[in-house]
Amino acid sequence: MVLPSLKLQELIQEIRGAKTQAQEREVIQKECAHIRAAFREGDAPQRHRQLAKLLYVHMLGYPAHFGQMECLKLIASPRFTDKRVGYLGAMLLLDERQDAHLLITNSIKNDLSQGTQPVQGLALCTLSTTGSAEMCRDLASEVEKLLLRPSPYVRKKAVLAAVHMIRKVPELSDIFLPPCTQLLHERHHGILMGAVTLITELCERSPAALTHFRQVVPQLVQILRTLVISGYSTEHSVAGVSDPFLQVQVLKLLRILGRNHEESSEAMNDMLAQVATNTDTSRNAGNAVLYETVLTIVDIRSASGLRVLAVNILGRFLLNNDKNIRYVALTSLLRLVQSDHSAVQRHRPTVVECLRETDASLSRRALELSLALVNSSNIRSMTQELQGFLEFCPVDLRADCASGILLAAERFAPTKRWHIDTIMRVLTTAGAHVRDDAVANLTQLIGGAEELHAYSVRRLYNALAADISQQPLVQVAAWCIGEYGELLLSESYEETEPLQVQEEEVLMLLEKVLQSHLSLPATRGYALTALMKLSTRFQGDNNRIRRVVSIYGSCLDIELQQRAVEYNALFRKYDHMRSAILEKMPLVEHGGPQDDEPGEGKEQPWSPKREVQSPTEPPTSNLLDLLDLLDSASGDAQPPPALDLMPGGSLLHLLDLPSNTPSLAPIPGLKVFDREGLQISLSFVRPPETPALLLITATASNTSKSDVTHFVFQAAVPKSFQLQLQIPSGDTVPAQGGPPITQVLRVLNPNKAPLRMRLRLAYNHFGQSVQEIFEGRNLSQKFTQDPVYHRGSKEDTSTSDIRILVFLAELPTSFPYLHSPPPPTGEIPTACPHL
Amino acid sequence: MMQFMLLFSRQGKLRLQKWYVPLSDKEKKKITRELVQTVLARKPKMCSFLEWRDLKIVYKRYASLYFCCAIEDQDNELITLEIIHRYVELLDKYFGSVCELDIIFNFEKAYFILDEFLLGGEVQETSKKNVLKAIEQADLLQEPRHEYFNVPVY
Repeated sequence: MVLPSLKLQELIQEIRGAKTQAQEREVIQKECAHIRAAFREGDAPQRHRQLAKLLYVHMLGYPAHFGQMECLKLIASPRFTDKRVGYLGAMLLLDERQDAHLLITNSIKNDLSQGTQPVQGLALCTLSTTGSAEMCRDLASEVEKLLLRPSPYVRKKAVLAAVHMIRKVPELSDIFLPPCTQLLHERHHGILMGAVTLITELCERSPAALTHFRQVVPQLVQILRTLVISGYSTEHSVAGVSDPFLQVQVLKLLRILGRNHEESSEAMNDMLAQVATNTDTSRNAGNAVLYETVLTIVDIRSASGLRVLAVNILGRFLLNNDKNIRYVALTSLLRLVQSDHSAVQRHRPTVVECLRETDASLSRRALELSLALVNSSNIRSMTQELQGFLEFCPVDLRADCASGILLAAERFAPTKRWHIDTIMRVLTTAGAHVRDDAVANLTQLIGGAEELHAYSVRRLYNALAADISQQPLVQVAAWCIGEYGELLLSESYEETEPLQVQEEEVLMLLEKVLQSHLSLPATRGYALTALMKLSTRFQGDNNRIRRVVSIYGSCLDIELQQRAVEYNALFRKYDHMRSAILEKMPLVEHGGPQDDEPGEGKEQPWSPKREVQSPTEPPTSNLLDLLDLLDSASGDAQPPPALDLMPGGSLLHLLDLPSNTPSLAPIPGLKVFDREGLQISLSFVRPPETPALLLITATASNTSKSDVTHFVFQAAVPKSFQLQLQIPSGDTVPAQGGPPITQVLRVLNPNKAPLRMRLRLAYNHFGQSVQEIFEGRNLSQKFTQDPVYHRGSKEDTSTSDIRILVFLAELPTSFPYLHSPPPPTGEIPTACPHL
Repeated sequence: MMQFMLLFSRQGKLRLQKWYVPLSDKEKKKITRELVQTVLARKPKMCSFLEWRDLKIVYKRYASLYFCCAIEDQDNELITLEIIHRYVELLDKYFGSVCELDIIFNFEKAYFILDEFLLGGEVQETSKKNVLKAIEQADLLQEPRHEYFNVPVY
């Protein structure tokens, strides 16, 4: 080492003089080398200097772990200077996680028992800052001894050391509990501070301690009284308030003791009122005490007059110029709003003022409080304010604000139209930040408000024409235009301006949405479906729509492609069904506020659409599948038969369960058909979360010696129900108990009407083709009693009360077979299954 | 209780760090960096409180130094402002019109003063006089070095 080691001040100066980071690093590295060498040499007199330099370097962020052992040596040294720096180093370098940490326990122990007061102070300080659990256990007795020493300097530190020990090792509470009451009689403010803190800590940790310390409430009230009324000592006062630190601490303890306890609360009522009225609030110290008083009043079982006083104090705080005080007031009012709603309502105008703050912390608090204050009487004005806020608020608050407005609108909307308007406005302003189910809610709402269809669709059209970037809005608008497109073209609705819209313009807009890169895949799906629907609503030529749809038949997005292909099929092969399939949707049952599960949130906008649309889609795909499967030559589908309700039939009460039966009661299965070894049974499951839905599984099993082939099972229900037939597992039941065919039927019964169902079978068995048709009439009773139908050959239709029905959900077309004779033998009727 | 106190300059350089909770060095550095960034980004007129993770941060700027404390949910923010102010007053009384340079060059003294005012994250002495008296007495106990003449110098 050529250069002599620097003094601390010189080192600091040199580091500060360094012009670049690299230069600084160089200086520091050089000095650290010196320090390391010095430590190695064991130069006792200079050690504290070296460590001080090391600590400075450590603060700048450089590694200093090689100084840890030096701290130990310094702590063990008899010199006060060494100890001072040593303990400081220990607090900075030797936290709990270091291995060398425990080694200081012995030194601390020695210092605590034998050291002078300043030394004891150092030891207690280090123990309180970085004492680990083991250290605390070891040193508990020493600290306890120090609690009883006469010197206040050591005692006040010992008390706070006890607080730290209890936080680390709660079992030590037993040791430190007894001296507390005595400590409260001290006059020294430092000891009192510590004692109150210690009692607070004990009470928070153990309910037994809490009960024990309720007896000190009078003592605490006395302390407060002395401070507030008589004790004006210059030593402790801050801006005219006597010892605000102690007052706040005492109030905090009173709060904990008075919570849920009538007697204690009563004992402190007067004092709290006095503190609240007498404290000088011109400076922050007084406001701090007042704030703590308010918190205490609110938390304990205080008299109602006192509570009103507390809320008024908060109201005054709200008008204060000091932002900190306003922040504190908003936070407290938020806590109060549940319990003292009307009192807080009085300050609503001021709260709304705070919304206009530029300070983000304040406006966030104001937003939360405003949302909590919304009720049915102030909904319109509050929503106005909140929407104004939404336009200018910082981005991180937008989501909360938007969802808050929507929630409030849902709860308190005075009229449907206002509700729709509000949601629309929120979507326009903050569309990207709303929750995913907002779209679903809005479509459901619009769907339900029939008188507002024209109004909604016009407004949405205008909004969409103006801006297609806000996805939720675009989705809703696309849906509406699809559903109610014809209302756009009709004469002007009185309350909005006349809207001269041509069909071409609407189509163009939807195409624009489809093509825009701003649109999400989901939005595109909405737009495509809307286009399809318009093909039936609009009178004009469908060529444009057909073109668009066929283009998307080769889209890369699977969802869009599937839709486009299906719609294409609708245009080409099933044009006659198009208008029926694309009819107006019935109102979806409102699911209520959905749980926010991350994965499912995205699917919410889909669910109402899917629920209702799916009855139309699977049949289409089913049909296509069946067509392929059964390889039918005939391409011309017959017009699907109409559903005809059977006159005078007794009703099946399957879905009409008596009220005393819980909806979860398992419904017994039914064997509905048994002939020559072929058995068909139905099992029923009602999923608990959707009581209107019934899942029926039809199982066809074969115990005969011959295979059953070309098996087709169909069912039909009255118009008030919705039925989906899912794809069967196969069409052949092998002989001798081979794997059965299963097919699931989903029956939706929104009106909770009794179910009636007609079933039709067609199959080949023993070389003959068979068709069976029967109805579920009082299914539960009739079938169990008479499970086997006498079915001879297919000619024998007249003997039973069977009608032939072929299923197609919700297609109001005629049934050709209803009153016609059964088809001739030996043929599988070609037309029937594939409709 | 107070979980930690940080003093940093307007350029973000740390001048004092007092941690009352056990954290690894890496975590301390990360927290310091984040907090310094957050506080320095605040505009001058904004309120002194902010929520950060699950703690409340109370900060105040005195000349070129930011005093930043992290308190727990149930603590009183306004009294924490008073605590910060009291500490500044103590430094002022000790150094005589304290400025940032005093704290830079005598950082260990700043620590000693803080340790006489707060202990384990709680206020230990509410009388300014007592705190200053204790520091003076401790200073007197420092064994004099013949090569140094001024108090307080290492």
